[in-house]
Amino acid sequence: MSGAISREEVAHVASLARLRLDDNELGTFTEQLCVVLDTAAKLNSLDLSEVPPMSQPCFLTNVMRPDVIVPSLNRDDVLAQAPEAENGQFRVPPAMGEAP
Amino acid sequence: MSELPDGWEMVIGLEVHVELATASKLFCGCANQFGDEPNTNICPTCLGLPGSLPVPNAQAVEFAMTLGRALNCSVEPSIFARKNYFYPDMPKDFQTTQYEEPTNVEGFVQLPDGRSIGVERAHIEEDTGKSTHLGGGGRIHDATATLVDYNRAGVPLVEIVSHPVMHDADTARAYVAELRDILLATGVSDARMEEGSMRVDANVSVRPVGNDELRTRCEVKNINSLRSLGRAINYEARRHVDLWTNGESPRQETRHWDEDGGRTTSGRSKEDADDYRYFACPDLPPLTPTAEDIAAIDAAMPGLPAARRSALAVAAGVEVAETTLTVERGLDALVIAAIEAGADATAAMKHADQNLSDGQGQLTAESFAALVAMEADGALSSTQVKTVLAELVANGGEPAAIAADMGFEAMDTSELDTLLDGIIADSPDEWARFVEGDRKVQGHFVGQIMKATQGKADGKVVNQLMTARAAQS
Amino acid sequence: MTSAFDLAALVRSGEYSAVAAADTAFGSIKERDDEIHAFLHLTKRRAQAQAAAVDQAVADGKDPGPLAGVPIAIKDNMCTKGEPTTCSSKILEGWRPPYDATVVDRLEAAGAVIVGKTNLDEFAMGSSTENSAFGPTRNPHDTSRVPGGSSGGSAAAVGADFVPLSLGSDTGGSIRQPAALCGVVGLKPSYGAVSRYGLIAFASSLDQIGPFAHNVTDAALCFDVISGHDPKDATSIPTPLTPTLPTLNDGVAGMRIGIIDELMGEGIDDDVIARTNQAAEALTAAGAIVERVSIPATIYGLAAYYLIAPAEASSNLARFDGVRYGQRVDGANVAAMNVATRSAGFGDEVKRRIMLGTYALSSGYYDAYYGKAQRVRTLIANEFATAYESFDLLMSPTSPSTAFELGAKSDPMALYMCDVCTIPSNLAGHPAMSVPFGVGDDGLPVGVQILAPMVEEARMFRAAKALEDAAKGMS
Repeated sequence: MSGAISREEVAHVASLARLRLDDNELGTFTEQLCVVLDTAAKLNSLDLSEVPPMSQPCFLTNVMRPDVIVPSLNRDDVLAQAPEAENGQFRVPPAMGEAP
Repeated sequence: MSELPDGWEMVIGLEVHVELATASKLFCGCANQFGDEPNTNICPTCLGLPGSLPVPNAQAVEFAMTLGRALNCSVEPSIFARKNYFYPDMPKDFQTTQYEEPTNVEGFVQLPDGRSIGVERAHIEEDTGKSTHLGGGGRIHDATATLVDYNRAGVPLVEIVSHPVMHDADTARAYVAELRDILLATGVSDARMEEGSMRVDANVSVRPVGNDELRTRCEVKNINSLRSLGRAINYEARRHVDLWTNGESPRQETRHWDEDGGRTTSGRSKEDADDYRYFACPDLPPLTPTAEDIAAIDAAMPGLPAARRSALAVAAGVEVAETTLTVERGLDALVIAAIEAGADATAAMKHADQNLSDGQGQLTAESFAALVAMEADGALSSTQVKTVLAELVANGGEPAAIAADMGFEAMDTSELDTLLDGIIADSPDEWARFVEGDRKVQGHFVGQIMKATQGKADGKVVNQLMTARAAQS
Repeated sequence: MTSAFDLAALVRSGEYSAVAAADTAFGSIKERDDEIHAFLHLTKRRAQAQAAAVDQAVADGKDPGPLAGVPIAIKDNMCTKGEPTTCSSKILEGWRPPYDATVVDRLEAAGAVIVGKTNLDEFAMGSSTENSAFGPTRNPHDTSRVPGGSSGGSAAAVGADFVPLSLGSDTGGSIRQPAALCGVVGLKPSYGAVSRYGLIAFASSLDQIGPFAHNVTDAALCFDVISGHDPKDATSIPTPLTPTLPTLNDGVAGMRIGIIDELMGEGIDDDVIARTNQAAEALTAAGAIVERVSIPATIYGLAAYYLIAPAEASSNLARFDGVRYGQRVDGANVAAMNVATRSAGFGDEVKRRIMLGTYALSSGYYDAYYGKAQRVRTLIANEFATAYESFDLLMSPTSPSTAFELGAKSDPMALYMCDVCTIPSNLAGHPAMSVPFGVGDDGLPVGVQILAPMVEEARMFRAAKALEDAAKGMS
């Protein structure tokens, strides 16, 4: 194993992504991610200093829509699919702490 | 607790979020409306349903650029970015915002006193939904459940970030007040702090006076009025000074302003904060405003408070700081026109500030100028001027005619002289005392003359006459 | 099986009913899908209602559209209103979207009859459909083998003659590779040619929806129906696209076609290379000028893709948090609930890619990974653009091998290698399609890939048709 990514980093990244891994999974995933990142290391041989990054393979700009109201979804239909709802709102276990 | 101990100064930067007054949301056609039943203005896009896609609202973009130009910013090509973090009021668990390439950069806000506060950027982003915490008295930490309403999710916002260049609470308040005036003048937002269409977060740190370092700062949230802004800033700055003085340092964190308790409490630690993993949103092509787009916005820009204050200051020959109230009342155009029609500037502004608190009404610049002139000539007493002015505001008209109707004839000074002769003859002892310097008897003579003229005499003129006569005696 | 083109003509003329066509489709599905498992859910009521409506339109003398009565299957990562849409994931089990994808609207407006949703690798992440949370799909040619992925269900549905047309999505080859493995035609359109509104996003800058068909004509017919600008998709091409059907038989005389050198050697099976060379000869015989061309950056495509796609996916899949829809596993607070829900709801491959993507975007690593990959992407796009200055079309194998056995490739990296020929066109955004061309040494289908510059689908289809015609004459 190359060590491209460590167990601690995998654990950190898992928590950022709201995933929980047990010890076995942590080990397996770390190995697998190392292999993929090693392949990614192939890119290090390239001189990309003059090459700009590309976010989209299209060259569109200024795509917008007019400020017009369009009918919304029916609330009952939407809440019927919610795991838990109350008083017309989505209900979840308490959110600890304020939003960032 | 409005000042820090000697040797310390506070460093304040403000982040102001402003809801734009568009009909529909930033990326979808749901209504942008405050106060509707929960979750009645939602669609696949603003709810972040799988498979949904965003399309930017052209009016929101135009408003954002208008706001930027009103803040003297440079309008740049921009890219929408994703700010990734988990919170139940975030339908996609990322917020679409602008990061490295925002719409507006490097502007300033001119305060009424003439000082300039630098603005680093003003970028476009989508608002989140609203969470309500059940149980625990509404306090987050003791809640048993959280309810979420996504009506607000996707509402267009502009976040205005100032440079950290304010050093006292009053300046911060003046900045926010001026920002609000600009927003109202441009029509870009109704900027109501109590409704949440303008939200202010304060970044507060302190440092020894004379130092230009930037020490640990805290972000204070939950500020719902200008008054709270001042209180929160002063509290937080003092809290920092107390810590530093005790050999400790503040933790870099987000603090929550508790209005009832008059203090800030610890919220999320910024050190534990998410890594937001910003990247350009692949669903949204860049915005590239042209020089023509920006010129059109500049051409359509209404008179902004700072420009109006400058114009009035020049016209009236006064300091910018003295024009604030007149401009706030929307009376600057009137006063300038009256000055151009010949009115004395000082007098015109004094009336605007003191006697026109309800606005211009039916009063025209010409009649205003004429009235001011009549006052200057002594043709009307100040009490009479006020009355005529009120009538002009209520019903319009022409000051001379109104004065005549009300019986406010211009009083001839020779008439007053004659009257005074008579009263002096009747009250020789009092007159002798007045000549000797007893000013207490002045009222006796003034009162008599007012009685004789049924209040039409101008008190100032009477005093002048008496003084002159006494000097001759 | 009757082609979609012919079937639609028969329905429009009243010679055959849409209801009968739908019944036939459901009949063949019932007969063999237990074995193949192409479908996750059938949409019988919707299909019957739509078929009846089509037949009624014909009876009323109205034109029900170019796909009148054609039964069609939809990959289960596209929203079908009121019908289950799971992305083959436990986390979306039970979810029924309140809206239809734009492609679904367009198909139904053209008279097509949607018969069901097909199996895929979970959230379109995979090359074998073995990553489905609801069991794999089997290759109709040999049921011990994979159909390819991620659109394995849609490829198999056509390959098994359940339906003449199906839709898949292609992010790194997920239409073309299963098309090759199942012996059918599969197309990845130009990025932006087909609306992504209603396609549950995997990697937003790479995903495209496209058709599977038995033949090139049907694929052209379907593409012409589903493509075109959609104001609900800000990345959708605003200018009109050239229809592909009218010029299908115009041939390839004088066309300059380049065979991509880097995809004709190491890592590609010999029999696949042989078939590709044969295809090149067939095109030459049809009048094209076929030469080798080197596009060096293609070898970096895999590395760039396995940073960009997971990065975008990590953001796109964050919304699956148990709050608004889908499965929820409870927790003491909302963050704990998110963790419990996602840990239980996502399979291993999805978790792997989410973590990889999160890492590639994270503070301190962005420049080294995601940032770098985006620059490589530009490099690849530039090299393709240069190649297209000298060539009208390019070609290569579609898949390095024929269909492999279920369970044969358990190592993630081995599976990733399946995409080496297809990934570059997703990165560059250009269209590409796979056309069946003979079989490998094991008798299993081989697909040859034709690639074209942006929005040159019509040109690409001409070469595909010529290849298809030539393939008919093969042993």
